[in-house]
Amino acid sequence: MTAFFDILLGGVFHAAVLFLVAAGLQLVFGVQKIVNLACGSFYALGAYFGISSVNWALAAGLPPWMFLPVLIVSGIVLGAIGPAIEALLRTIYARDEAFQLLLTFALVLMFQDVLRFFWGPNPQQLGNLANDYGRLSVGTFSVSIYNVLVIAASIVIAVGIGAFLQRTRFGRILRATAENREMSQALGVNVRWMYTSVFTLGTVLGTVGGALVVPTAAASLDMPVELVVEAFAVVVIGGLGSMRGALVGALIVGLMRAAAITFYAELEILAIYLVVIVVLIARPAGLFGKPIE
Amino acid sequence: MSASGLSADTASKESGANRLRRHTTLLVIVTTAIIMLAVFPTVAQPYYVTLVLPAFAYGIALLGFNLLFGYTGLLSFGHALFVALGAYGAAVLTSKLGLKSFELILLVSGLTAVAVAIPVGLLAVRYVRIFFGILTLAFGMLFHSFLFKFYDLTGGDTGIRVLRPALFGNAFSELDKTAFLIGPFYYYCLVLLVVLGFVMWRIVHSPFGLHLAAIRENSRKAEYLGVRVRLFRLAAFLISAFYCAVGGVILAVNVGQADPETAYWTHSGELVFMTVLGGFANFFGPLVGAFVFIFLKSELMSLTQYWRFFLGVTLALIVILFPRGVMGVAQDLWSKLKSRQ
Repeated sequence: MTAFFDILLGGVFHAAVLFLVAAGLQLVFGVQKIVNLACGSFYALGAYFGISSVNWALAAGLPPWMFLPVLIVSGIVLGAIGPAIEALLRTIYARDEAFQLLLTFALVLMFQDVLRFFWGPNPQQLGNLANDYGRLSVGTFSVSIYNVLVIAASIVIAVGIGAFLQRTRFGRILRATAENREMSQALGVNVRWMYTSVFTLGTVLGTVGGALVVPTAAASLDMPVELVVEAFAVVVIGGLGSMRGALVGALIVGLMRAAAITFYAELEILAIYLVVIVVLIARPAGLFGKPIE
Repeated sequence: MSASGLSADTASKESGANRLRRHTTLLVIVTTAIIMLAVFPTVAQPYYVTLVLPAFAYGIALLGFNLLFGYTGLLSFGHALFVALGAYGAAVLTSKLGLKSFELILLVSGLTAVAVAIPVGLLAVRYVRIFFGILTLAFGMLFHSFLFKFYDLTGGDTGIRVLRPALFGNAFSELDKTAFLIGPFYYYCLVLLVVLGFVMWRIVHSPFGLHLAAIRENSRKAEYLGVRVRLFRLAAFLISAFYCAVGGVILAVNVGQADPETAYWTHSGELVFMTVLGGFANFFGPLVGAFVFIFLKSELMSLTQYWRFFLGVTLALIVILFPRGVMGVAQDLWSKLKSRQ
């Protein structure tokens, strides 16, 4: 029974991290209509940088149990690259989608070697730092507190984004720009600044997601390209552009992966793609996306 | 996506004399290129000659890919799936079934790719633009995970060996591997490229090709005018799958191994990269792109371990500054030269 609960929590943990990346993807797509193939690269960057930050902090005398805030802060700090990359993408906003996709693919290629340059070709990890938070035992169940904390952080962020989009003025303007950019511009919205902010926010979500995952998984050079597929699975299942979709899609993918690993390992990633294909057949816009023509 | 170069190719109102002159120039250039390629093995070092083989392979694959991308306007991020099918077809036929006839391998792999492309295509052509891209990416990765995980069938991450095929029944067993590759195999592939290139030229300049261009420019209008959009898109999809499989066979024979990374989505991305590098709006663009990419990659790899970065920079520059690729730049230079005369 403990095993089942562990798997369940593992799945939800993975879903939590996937949600962060997918939320970033959805935000950027919703407002700028760009599908960012480099989302996995941001994730990996967050992971590597998180490891370096924690190692640096520990060497500087920080008590080990404080590593979670360090990870989150390092993820946020990486958001500084957001505006620079957005400026690069800005050069081709007016062009066909294919070129936007290709430019983000170029970023993927570039990032792979940037990561290699700074952190070398070998996978890096934080050891067993996550265990520092210990496990919580309730009766016969025992869960890793770190996993719970990350899931909680993810929920807080999800709620935060929701509130931000629905309740704040900026959020309303963001949604308006996503729906109708020209109208927004006509009404005086500084779309350029909006694009930069949204892209930076999307980047931060990705980097924080990557940072949060490193205590439990190694950071490797494969991360960028591997994550893209899962992240895309999430946004396809949930529906492009929908935050709710990111949440539900992440849960589905996370839980399915956990279930598949347990019961039929070979089926693990296959199962996810099958679900993607089934969803695309049955409901091409995803569960919460707008119907496409 | 407008590719005026392609429209001008097919629906020109220029005078007969001009067209003849243009075609003659083209014929001269193409013949020269073929002769140069034929002579290449005798003058160049074996290393460079072995580089041309993947260029042939990708050239053929991209001819097919660009039928779908440049001419029909559908960007697939999963066509490495068909390249991998070709590779594994060659591997299974030679290693597991002992069938060595290259002609048979080409045919069987090609038809298998078409067979797989039918359900995939039927599903994918219902969507356009980004959804088409994501769906094809998903199918590509589905195949990759199948190849990767089912070790007993597919050899897992090591893949399956590809044994030397027999060209028109002759295995050239007296030649060692390199001699075979830069000798008979090279010329066979060159002829294959020319023949398949000619076939693609006819396809693209046929009414079918015109229909594809119409669908690309404005699919609703085309549908209104009676063009069966989905059927034609599917046809383009199937043809592109065949060409990619042939490319995959050549690649696999060249390397001697079929491995699952051939099906990874980044490999599909490289196919797009090569096409755009050469110029998707021009018939010969993808061919040029294949050659330039292979040689560029090889040179970069020998210069630095961070070659991916520079490839990425190249792609970014192409996308931002030279979206019509090498052929686009060449065409611009040519018209500048002509207007000066």
